[in-house]
Amino acid sequence: MRRLARVASLAALAALALLGGCGKPQFSDAEKKTIASLALNTLPALKADTTNQYADVPAAAAFGSTLFFDVGMSRHGPMSCSTCHKIDRQFQDDLPQAVGVGRTNRRTMPLAGVARDPWFFWDGRRDSLWSQALTPLENPLEQAGNRAAFAHYIKNRFGERYERIFGPLPDLSTVPANASPLGTDAEKAAWSAMPARQQDDVNRVFANIGKAIAAFERSIEPQQARFDRFAIDLATGTKPQGDAAFSPEEVLGLKLFIGKANCVTCHNGPRFTDNSFHNTGVPPVNGLPPDRGRVDAVAQVQADPFNCFGKFRDGDASACRELRFMVKDGEQLVRAYKTPSLRGVADRPPYMHAGQFSSLDEVVAHYSKAPASIEGVSEVHPLDLSDRERAALVAFLKTMSE
Amino acid sequence: MLRASRDVISRRGTGLASIWRYILAGLGLAALLVGILAVVYLTAPHSALGPDTSRSKKTASGLFVASFEPERGVIRQGELQSWLLTLKTAAGAPVEGAAITVSGGMPQHNHGLPTSPQATDYLGEGRYRIDGVKFTMSGWWQLRFAISAAAGSDSVVFNIVL
Ligand SMILES: [Cu+2]
Repeated sequence: MRRLARVASLAALAALALLGGCGKPQFSDAEKKTIASLALNTLPALKADTTNQYADVPAAAAFGSTLFFDVGMSRHGPMSCSTCHKIDRQFQDDLPQAVGVGRTNRRTMPLAGVARDPWFFWDGRRDSLWSQALTPLENPLEQAGNRAAFAHYIKNRFGERYERIFGPLPDLSTVPANASPLGTDAEKAAWSAMPARQQDDVNRVFANIGKAIAAFERSIEPQQARFDRFAIDLATGTKPQGDAAFSPEEVLGLKLFIGKANCVTCHNGPRFTDNSFHNTGVPPVNGLPPDRGRVDAVAQVQADPFNCFGKFRDGDASACRELRFMVKDGEQLVRAYKTPSLRGVADRPPYMHAGQFSSLDEVVAHYSKAPASIEGVSEVHPLDLSDRERAALVAFLKTMSE
Repeated sequence: MLRASRDVISRRGTGLASIWRYILAGLGLAALLVGILAVVYLTAPHSALGPDTSRSKKTASGLFVASFEPERGVIRQGELQSWLLTLKTAAGAPVEGAAITVSGGMPQHNHGLPTSPQATDYLGEGRYRIDGVKFTMSGWWQLRFAISAAAGSDSVVFNIVL
């Protein structure tokens, strides 16, 4: 009897300790599984991009890097991709909205792991990395160039290098200095006056610019963060040492992230994104043009001559399933924006598609409160997190950095 | 006399001690039971308490028997995958030439499907390839098929829990 009593009281203590959470284990098996699924070591190898036959050609990547940083790749004065995608700033610019030749209406996206995205820009208005790269080149608020001028520029400045990768340049002697279907009225008129074959020639050179830049961008991959060191130690049963050890506040934040706060619903996998589009009730910015997100991007990607169905795609159309099975309408696309990766997030305020929030505290407060969307329906619901819980989430988000 | 009273006291003491022992043992067992129940509840797969996830079922009005399986056997979250929808009549004959439309979403998340899956190929023996299926997050998904064939029109909903 006495022995039974002793065993029972020990069991009572053990059960109370387990329920009280004051002993080990710190995480349930289900939590451990989720945490392991977020670690960078589960990131699969980068898949081939059959729509870009130069995607993994080193000379194309090197040429793409030259173009990415070449401040001649703009109509007005020194400006390149790297003006907004700054190499020492996670390839973003710290501004609420990108500023090229003019001020745009969207936040510059960081580029780590960008080659893994199925859709590009905050609203997914392009369906390949190479077709994305072409868009700012001709946007009057960004690099503000036109494809005829870019073709001439490539021939004059990089002709030999281009031809070693892509083969002979077309005859551009009768191509106007400035022409594009998307440019000024004069450029549009010049473009319309060009024979179809000449338009194709220029489009081909333009597409190859994008393919070279994309080949370079494929090398920009996410780096291991404190979170990964913690997660890998947890998965292997090693006691995290040094900066891999989490404070009680960071542990609470992680538990909230994968639990009560539901962040991991959309911010899932080793890049912390589901690669999809959601309306989360983020407010519009006063003074910017109306912005309806994904719902307006559908027609744009369908109309893009450089999309996967277009004639500038390499390989066959089996690579076009994202575009083929794209959701084309419905309320859920209204003010829906891409789930951004959270890697390195603490080091790059401001946040959201137009830099609406200047700190992670504001972001977490937004999701805790979950206000209704001004248009469409927000998918998030109020969490009513305490001050302590919100601070813990922010503390956890900071572990996504070095 | 002295000895006897001491005996009584000591016996009473023993009696009290064993009552405490029983109470403690009882408490301990109760706590253990609570602990076990909590562990079982927390680690039980939620599908056990959730929707019917059978991969083969009768359509709503009983016109067809439908089965729905991933073409390559496994579900991979975040990847575009093809699935096979197999349609038989109630008598077991394969349903040919069916027109199929697909809809769905996550009932607990208030959103639809992230892609628009379509019936892309007929593979014979009542088997239809449903391509463009993607599950972007874990949780309870629903896929609803509206089926139109010579025998008539019917629908079926499959629950998939990731
Ligand atoms: Cu969902």
